[in-house]
Amino acid sequence: MKKTILLLLPFAGLLWVPLYNRHDPVLLGFPFFYWYQLAWVPVTSVLIWMAWKVDKQS
Amino acid sequence: MSASLPDNAAIGVFILFFVATIVLGSTVRFWRPLLNRRKATTHHSQGEEWGLGGREFGAWVTWFLVGGDFYTAYTVIAVPALVYSTGGFGFFALPYTIIVYPFIFAVMPKLWTIARDGGHATAADIVRARFGSRTLELAVAISGLVAVLPYIALQLIGIRTVVEALGYTGMLPLLFAFVSLAAYTWLGGLHAPALTAFIKDVMIYIAVLAAVIIVPIHLGGYGAMFHAATEHLPAIPGGRIVSQDQTVPYATLALSSAFAAFLYPHTLTGILAAKSADTIRQNAVFLPIYTIVLGLIALLGLMAHAAGIVTTSSSQVVPQLFLAIFPSWFAGFCFAAIAVGALVPASVMAIGAANLIMHNILPRHSESVTGSRLAGLGVKVGALGCVVFLNAKFAIDLQLLGGVIILQTFPALIMGLLPLRLSAPALIGGWASGSLFGLGLCWLDGLKPVHPIAFGGFSASVSTGLLALGVNIMVTMVLGSVIRLALGASPSTLQPRQNMRRQG
Repeated sequence: MKKTILLLLPFAGLLWVPLYNRHDPVLLGFPFFYWYQLAWVPVTSVLIWMAWKVDKQS
Repeated sequence: MSASLPDNAAIGVFILFFVATIVLGSTVRFWRPLLNRRKATTHHSQGEEWGLGGREFGAWVTWFLVGGDFYTAYTVIAVPALVYSTGGFGFFALPYTIIVYPFIFAVMPKLWTIARDGGHATAADIVRARFGSRTLELAVAISGLVAVLPYIALQLIGIRTVVEALGYTGMLPLLFAFVSLAAYTWLGGLHAPALTAFIKDVMIYIAVLAAVIIVPIHLGGYGAMFHAATEHLPAIPGGRIVSQDQTVPYATLALSSAFAAFLYPHTLTGILAAKSADTIRQNAVFLPIYTIVLGLIALLGLMAHAAGIVTTSSSQVVPQLFLAIFPSWFAGFCFAAIAVGALVPASVMAIGAANLIMHNILPRHSESVTGSRLAGLGVKVGALGCVVFLNAKFAIDLQLLGGVIILQTFPALIMGLLPLRLSAPALIGGWASGSLFGLGLCWLDGLKPVHPIAFGGFSASVSTGLLALGVNIMVTMVLGSVIRLALGASPSTLQPRQNMRRQG
């Protein structure tokens, strides 16, 4: 169950486009739209890694 | 701004790097034993060796192989081209290549285990064993073949694009692309792309890092770059990046592309060639690193606007940008990176397709390495035909069309893993209606990847592939229930057969 939630979070964060379809706030010159999505890359890696750990425990 | 013309330095560097990769890949069976002290594998058939690399690739090789054939010339040429023409909308490739990894993590280790236990090499093998249906096997195999052809065509277009940017026109660049691909795959088998994928990646990383550092310096920083690019793109009100009616297409295209991505014969080949299920899980954790690079590559489409590149042929956006901002020898290096970046995945695709032809489409007992090689060559000829006869103005459309087709194998391959009682006739019915419906919509919409729908107060454009998959699943479920009722639910005829091993 915990594993499923970890793996579904990126879907929720990235497929609800109105959530991040904005120009501001800008980070290092990147509009929010772009850096928000790029930020999901490391976050997803960590989430999958946590799911991997959950898998190994059980 | 007119791009500086390529000179001999650019052409020389291009040829040096491109030819070196081909030679290295083609001669892999001579130098691989030098790296590998271990006795050459004896327990695999020669076909399994050519087509699956002997199913022995560890974490590193798998990382490069899967990443290497997933991120292709499509990434380097077509994504920036789409971003150049549509702005932020073209970035749907970014969420797509993120959400694909949780999906891989959850699903692919199971498929790998089934494939290993049953000795399967392709999706169609797995489906035949689970549902005991030759017709379903053919359906899945033909979908894979049809879907991968335009994908290989896209890679040939990628090589042609950079050769053209070097100043050669006419049929010559295409022939050059075709012959190099054919030689490389024929001689090296899957070991060629596996061991040269890292060359491709290192070259692409160098080119992309140089671009994302040097271009903003030219243009006065990323803020200035985004600002300058916005002025060349259609204005979008309210501080948004994509317009309101583009948000649903953005999300649904990302989702359907993610579901389709690892149903393709070539991506699945990369997965099945892994050494263990855990190798795949590990890769799901680390493969997203490629997605960072993808995001940076996509930005090249915006940088081209900021750098004042004006072209009607959007495939030329990235080559023109490189010629404009880099010294010509380095542009030549970047072009070689793109060409190798097309060669490596195209080779894996041809092998994946050849596996399908040899294992699943032709009658039994016809397998041989020469046969596989010939099948691979036939696939490449087919791809060449796609390039010559189809309009490839937006190379990305070809890939999206293939996506609609391959997505229809999702119920048989992925939902077949769930503890649902699906039967072969129901799956075949679903596959046929989904494919017909999807291709029909694409045809009616003039090869567009999205279709407008409306019900209640809701109206939006939704990915055609996803709509067709919806039809597919619905038909599968309804047919399944009807058959169960008609047959009085006799479990012996409806249980998936899991232990049917391949003979021969």
